[in-house]
Amino acid sequence: MDKNVVFSRLRRLEKNERLDNDLSSSSDSDEVHVLAVDDSFVDRKVIERLLKITSCKVTVVDSGMRALQFLGLDEEESSDGYDGLKVDLIITDYCMPGMTGYELLKKIKGSSAFREIPVVIMSSENVLTRIDRCLEEGAEDFIVKPVKLSDVKRLKNYMFGEGRTKSQDKGFNKRKLQETSPSTSPSLSPTSSISPEQSSDLSSTSSPSTPSSPAFQDSPTRRFKSSNQD
Amino acid sequence: MEVVGQLQKQYVDFITSLFREAYLDDQYVQLQKLQDDSNPEFVVEVVSIFFEDSEKLLNDLASSLLVSISLFWVFILCLRPSLLLMVVLFFLLFLFQLYSQQQVVDFKKVDGYVHQFKGSSSSVGAQRVKNACVTLRNFCEEKNLDGCSRYLNLVKQEFYLVKNKLETLLRVSITLW
Repeated sequence: MDKNVVFSRLRRLEKNERLDNDLSSSSDSDEVHVLAVDDSFVDRKVIERLLKITSCKVTVVDSGMRALQFLGLDEEESSDGYDGLKVDLIITDYCMPGMTGYELLKKIKGSSAFREIPVVIMSSENVLTRIDRCLEEGAEDFIVKPVKLSDVKRLKNYMFGEGRTKSQDKGFNKRKLQETSPSTSPSLSPTSSISPEQSSDLSSTSSPSTPSSPAFQDSPTRRFKSSNQD
Repeated sequence: MEVVGQLQKQYVDFITSLFREAYLDDQYVQLQKLQDDSNPEFVVEVVSIFFEDSEKLLNDLASSLLVSISLFWVFILCLRPSLLLMVVLFFLLFLFQLYSQQQVVDFKKVDGYVHQFKGSSSSVGAQRVKNACVTLRNFCEEKNLDGCSRYLNLVKQEFYLVKNKLETLLRVSITLW
């Protein structure tokens, strides 16, 4: 059963499938199905649009429980009770009432049927212990909110770009203070394993950075620093 | 048309000033990037959801910082005490209320609301609102009721300011484009 999840995703990437939405931006028609979980209405709207504009099929739910229900992982329904749409990626908010993103992550990684699905955590708090905890539990990546188009594009590219499987690039890839231009290289080492020393390195290499948008005042450094105060 | 050109210039000047004065930050630009012909109302939709959400949050915040000890006052009045006794009792109750509000306010709950508000304002790029929320959260952590009340007023103020400006901005942009 778990092998099928991986194979079906690869097969879907290779096949040319009909797109649900008529976005002009998608040149290739591989359909990545993303399940997005967030309790905030505003954030749900934004993440849905971000994913759709990067040619992903999106299902948005407002809680961890609903996410489990959708996957068919909750106790009431059997696993073949859900609508058969295989999920390729789960992106979830960390702070949610009821079940947190971390708890959802644990449930997914604890299930034989769904542990292969990559899970990405989003959070407005840039707390390294939280990031480490999520990555240790098996999260693929950790994105600091507010989520930008470049974050989603980067995510999609390194997870599903060019037919690459996720096992090829499992590096720690915390959202960097990058711009949308491709010339910016990640300031954080993506390939090494997570260690406390690296965590402190990350905070020091992240602070000097160029503003993401030259026309306007807000600098990512300020954003990083202000979220560090949390 | 000359008039349209002027209006466009006014729009550009206005939005530039909003960024310069930190009412809006880069995240608003991000939202604009997500709007296109297939979804021409996106910014308006998100901003409208933000406004609705925020009004609710502000109400929840206001009521969670209020402690209802009004029943005590009613009780006192029912005792029909002499004027002097009433004054003394009111004074004592006032002190008691000051003290107990510190203990009775659920700062965790307040912090929860502020966290939500901070998140949603950050997601639309309402920078000043977000910054005010950050400070308000610090007061919550310190269980500083006075600071919380003051900063809640500031958060409200900043919210209505940016709401006003965004409404103007979006109204003009709909007219122009």
